[in-house]
Amino acid sequence: MAVELQKPIQERAPSAAGPRTLFEKIWQEHVVCDPPGQPPLLYVDLHLVHEVTSPQAFDGLRAAGRRVRQLQRTLVTVDHNVPTTPGHLPITDPIAARQMDALRRNCQEFGLELYDIDSPDQGIVHVIGPELGATQPGLIIVCGDSHTSTHGAFGALAFGIGTSEVEHVLATQCLPQQKPRTMEIRINGPLPEGVTAKDLVLGIIGTIGTDGATGHVVEYTGEAVRGLSMEGRMTLCNMSIEAGARAGMVAPDEVTFNYLYGRRFAPKDAAWDEAVARWRGLKSDAGARYDKVIEIDAASLAPFVTWGTNPGMVVPVTGRVPDPAAARTSAERGTAERALEYMALAPGTAIEGISVDRVFIGSCTNSRLEDLRAAARVARGHKVNPKVRALVVPGSQAVKRDAEREGLDQIFRDAGFEWRDSGCSMCLGMNPDVLQPGERCASTSNRNFEGRQGRGGRTHLVSPMMAAAAAIAGHFTDIRRWRFQ
Amino acid sequence: MKAFRTHTGLVAPLDRANVDTDQIIPKQFLKRIERTGFGEFLFYDWRRTPDRALDPNFPLNQPRYAGASILVADRNFGCGSSREHAPWALDDFGFRAIIAPSFADIFANNCVKNGLLTVVLPEAQVELIMKRAQEVEGYRVTVDLEQRQVRDDLGVAASFEIDDFSRRCLLEGLDDIGLTLQHEPEIAAYEARRFGAR
Repeated sequence: MAVELQKPIQERAPSAAGPRTLFEKIWQEHVVCDPPGQPPLLYVDLHLVHEVTSPQAFDGLRAAGRRVRQLQRTLVTVDHNVPTTPGHLPITDPIAARQMDALRRNCQEFGLELYDIDSPDQGIVHVIGPELGATQPGLIIVCGDSHTSTHGAFGALAFGIGTSEVEHVLATQCLPQQKPRTMEIRINGPLPEGVTAKDLVLGIIGTIGTDGATGHVVEYTGEAVRGLSMEGRMTLCNMSIEAGARAGMVAPDEVTFNYLYGRRFAPKDAAWDEAVARWRGLKSDAGARYDKVIEIDAASLAPFVTWGTNPGMVVPVTGRVPDPAAARTSAERGTAERALEYMALAPGTAIEGISVDRVFIGSCTNSRLEDLRAAARVARGHKVNPKVRALVVPGSQAVKRDAEREGLDQIFRDAGFEWRDSGCSMCLGMNPDVLQPGERCASTSNRNFEGRQGRGGRTHLVSPMMAAAAAIAGHFTDIRRWRFQ
Repeated sequence: MKAFRTHTGLVAPLDRANVDTDQIIPKQFLKRIERTGFGEFLFYDWRRTPDRALDPNFPLNQPRYAGASILVADRNFGCGSSREHAPWALDDFGFRAIIAPSFADIFANNCVKNGLLTVVLPEAQVELIMKRAQEVEGYRVTVDLEQRQVRDDLGVAASFEIDDFSRRCLLEGLDDIGLTLQHEPEIAAYEARRFGAR
């Protein structure tokens, strides 16, 4: 990993092209060449790699006799498969162990540094990139993982790719890319009390649908977005993919710079001042045009709970499970009926009347220190309902250490939550943390797809505060009426 | 990559919207480190009952769709996770093309890299093909990438759009890494310009 990931291109003529969006600025700066009959070739500043989507890519390199072009622009960790039991041990699944071993061997063979399970820096790749200061404004960041959109929170252009593209970036540090369209999602006014970044993004997906932003790069703007911490912005950008977006982004500001200052790979001294001066220019110009603009009134948002099997199936916690009969089309009705059957819910059921068996606080969406603080604030002085098993999985070993320093682990343990090591865990259940068939879970993760957390498992997506409250109450409950202790 | 020019095959219907890649290939199969052998796990939780028996209600398990090489589905096919294991599983199962009103971006990209054609047709056309696949025994269509057209013997002749580069990659079975490496001088020049000499 290089300390300095970005320097400006001197030759670029400023403001020659009229007002530009943030996306347009980053895109233009990264065009290596624009060959006729091919999409432009974009330069990738930072490539994040994990164990699940990389083995076949390294095999491809080997077969073609190719090397990794830019070792210091490639950050590698293990996250999807790792057990979250203390010490990340034991790894009882031989196939998972084989996949992690493959990554070790590949890193060794190709000369890459690996943040392995015993590293103090190990964690979910979308948590450690920002934490180490590798994620910076203006970069193009890719990873063989759809939640790469998380890094857009820093005003980077960050998107998920498949394994063939992972191989492409390893070999060339470039990707041929068709230019996406742009969309502004403007959130007017401040977020109401008890409404978090998670509720904001669930509200957006509920409004525009799970393919509402397909083919687009979304820039989030407006007072509510400006008011979010970096953690909140990461939660927001993280779930852009759940609306189909190619990427989500937030223009950098003082909040961004304060977060990055002093982090390991952030520029230092004079280079820092120079970087900040450059980053200040990374915003959409007045009068810049987006292909699509959506406005949402923050006051219309509430703490949300998903009721179905995709993240767009969402209602306020005070609401009820919708009646498929009210769907606009027969296809939508069929989809809703199927979702309710899978979720074992009847139309009209009050959300607050739905009890849960499991609670999962974690994932690249909501496992950062601020998320754990919010959940701990709810849990303090309460006990997890005896019918509920609740899990807190920090996003990284650094988050875990910081949380323990603040005593958050003790609050969780005292309340009856399990306190784990870092990893993706029950977000997708590739490690031993899975739901049993029929179990219902309040989860701070990003996908409520059928079987996502375990075959037959029923997932309801919520914010960390709402998840903690559900663990204690034993059912969903409106955080705005919580008795904090 | 294998080339795709034109293909005629049996059509299997999957009358569902927002089919996510978790359904196409569930997570427990992502731990394999090979590119091949995913076909038997395609739509695993939908194809199999909890006791792992084949569910006769699922279309791909019905004898009439045995050997299907074209899948027709509803909108937003392939949403969710970026796992390329999804196209690997579809390809390994024997599919050459998927027809739907829309596809998720990453999934569609991944398909092109594997010689699997995603065909976007208007909803009405997709509905018609879906209906025929459900009602007409042995229903086959031809997906013609050269003419950018889907045809059947019952009067369907629907044009589809695809960007020229993806089309060329598919027609010629191009290795696009090799193509990018032809621009090595430009990449090196870009790096020198942006990061200084190394």
